[in-house]
Amino acid sequence: MSRIDGRKFDELREIEAKVGILKNANGSAYFRLGDSIAIAGVFGPRTVHPKHMEKAECAILRTEYRMSPFSTVTRTRPGPGRREREISLVTREALSSVLFLEEFPKTAIDVHIEVLQASASTRCVGINAASLALADAGIPMRDLIASCSAGIVNREIVLDIAGKEDTEGEVDLPIAYYPRQKKVTLLQMDGIATKTEIKEIIKLAIKGALKIYEVQKEALRKKYEEVR
Amino acid sequence: MEENKEIKRKLVIPGDFLGTGRPGHGTFLEEGKVYAKVIGLADEKNGTHFVIPLSGVYDPKRGDGVIGRIEDIVFSKWIVDINSPYIATLPLNEAVEEFIDFTKTDLTKYFDYGDLIFAEITSVTKTKMVQLSMKSSRCRKLRGGRIVKVTPAKVPRIIGKNGSMVEMIKELTGTQIVVGQNGVVWIKGEKEYLATEAIMLIEQKSHISGLTDQIKQMLEKSVKNKETVKKSIGDDYE
Amino acid sequence: MKFKKRLYVKNMRKLGDCMISIDKDLIKNIVSNGKRLDNREFNQYRDIIIETNIIPQAEGSARVKLGDTEVIAGVKLDIGEPFPDTGDEGMLMVGAEFVPLASEEFEPGPPNESSIELARVVDRAIRESKCIDLKKLCIKENEKVWCIFVDIDVLDHDGNLIDAATLAATAALLNTKMLKLEKDGENYKVNYEQKTDEPLPMTKKPVNTTFVKIGDAILADPSVQEEDAMDARLTVGTFEEDGETKFCSMQKGGNDGFTLEEIEKILDLAEEKGKELRKLLNF
Repeated sequence: MSRIDGRKFDELREIEAKVGILKNANGSAYFRLGDSIAIAGVFGPRTVHPKHMEKAECAILRTEYRMSPFSTVTRTRPGPGRREREISLVTREALSSVLFLEEFPKTAIDVHIEVLQASASTRCVGINAASLALADAGIPMRDLIASCSAGIVNREIVLDIAGKEDTEGEVDLPIAYYPRQKKVTLLQMDGIATKTEIKEIIKLAIKGALKIYEVQKEALRKKYEEVR
Repeated sequence: MEENKEIKRKLVIPGDFLGTGRPGHGTFLEEGKVYAKVIGLADEKNGTHFVIPLSGVYDPKRGDGVIGRIEDIVFSKWIVDINSPYIATLPLNEAVEEFIDFTKTDLTKYFDYGDLIFAEITSVTKTKMVQLSMKSSRCRKLRGGRIVKVTPAKVPRIIGKNGSMVEMIKELTGTQIVVGQNGVVWIKGEKEYLATEAIMLIEQKSHISGLTDQIKQMLEKSVKNKETVKKSIGDDYE
Repeated sequence: MKFKKRLYVKNMRKLGDCMISIDKDLIKNIVSNGKRLDNREFNQYRDIIIETNIIPQAEGSARVKLGDTEVIAGVKLDIGEPFPDTGDEGMLMVGAEFVPLASEEFEPGPPNESSIELARVVDRAIRESKCIDLKKLCIKENEKVWCIFVDIDVLDHDGNLIDAATLAATAALLNTKMLKLEKDGENYKVNYEQKTDEPLPMTKKPVNTTFVKIGDAILADPSVQEEDAMDARLTVGTFEEDGETKFCSMQKGGNDGFTLEEIEKILDLAEEKGKELRKLLNF
């Protein structure tokens, strides 16, 4: 069975990653997976406003995921809806464990993700960009976090759910992965699958995440190396 | 000399494996292995791995000389903004030599809101409360001039080996320059704009070799151009 | 004056933070010794009580007590326009409120991210399992469909709101009776006062089963202290069809992560516990 865009079952869309693209943010990155595009900007560590939210023993991580009104096929109303707020929450939980938050008590690290174009797996693109932006900002990290989706489309287990595969497919399962410790830090699923299928889908998603991880590392190095 | 060292140091990103020695600045230990914590240049000295960060906010350290702005005056101390997530305080007895009764004196006489100072960090507690002192001879109020903010990680490059880079800029632009470890640079003089440009260039290209020469060339060319222009305008008005 | 007040508030919070970390370490210690604070087995759920039709005025309702966690779900029906891309299907909406009386930590005001997550995770299990035949709830394609509103009130928070809320929602739906539909010329009208004997077309019983990881241990049905001490949490939504367990939703929460092995273990546990919970939904 061929996929809508002709990809093989274990093929990722075209990837593009650029680091340090914004002047004002302490760290920033652009990440594209096929037609899904996101930019992330990181501010901090900085003082916390409102002050009562600060923690005496570590930095707080705040993450905001937003979709631009022009990012979707039909215009999206600006402002965070319930879906965006949930994604902001799971994104924060995907990134937390690799950051050395304890090194910056009483501060906040703010991550802002803006989806510029949506073609499924947008939370994955957002997390990939955020991960790079955090490193670019000089925030001490244990590893990068790579994010990717997999699922079932036309009864076949496939990697990187794109465009119509999201609405017309059977299962969508995005993950975020912490490669060195082999931990899955974001895991969601909707759609119906058997236990065996879920295990296969997750394994495939991890493979995809590892490929994305290599691209992320390359993009980070590229910004800081001068071609001699 | 320094340029050679730069080539030896490897660019690393968070999570890169460095070795099995001791974890120094910018690194962490996990199951007996040392990894890079931040994006920067990795090196090793006497079995300790460390990474010089190429990015990041200022993390206050005891002994650092920093440039700060007076933000507030509370009881017997000044609250100083040192371009860091952490506020610093300058207590009265660390700022002024003579004994002052703060209940009877207007502290703004000494340092007023908005004043710029070059001070030294005397202590940083575990919860990152920073205390400053003006007692050292290198500390003073900075009057006039302008401020440039750079990534604190780039400060060593701006200063250069034994101050070579900053001295060169001062000489070629005829300015006074004070560099704070916290990434704040104070410039005062006739060609402030040129010195600013030089510093911004170092910020952008700090990790390449041959930078000192590049900056020198840029400054010499600029100075020559501006002088040529000046001369011709002057001629018209003679 | 302002200075002094800030200091006072800071100290109070510090004390509170201090107490939470004592509990966290205590839990972690107990768990590493193979035990739980309330002496349960690692894969044991607390006692569950389900009561249905407790809000007679609602079309369906249920109250669930899971240990000391208590939630009420109410179902209200109405008619309205369908979602734009599913013109021939009834509309389902799930909401959840963290009522301030349920916990010191719940503040009045707009929904916080946790209550939004709760509503969406419950919704996911119900919607993705396709347990309601939404096509049967179409009145006039692209114009009028039945709208099902499931609302969950969390009344007492002692951990694992997700599983309790999903049980309550499913139980309420299973006991929902349709309202009478009247036609007035070209217009459809609902008689809000008159329930029929006709149940909602439900074909499956979805439940959520939640597990937390503390150190190397996986615990089912976390209490509120176990949630505070947890490294991460995984909720798995299941239903049964032709005697086989099918999985319809998953949600990982918490700041840490799971290895593939841990996820596989939790899937097995979810199947086992899902079956147990579903037995309580035989009305």
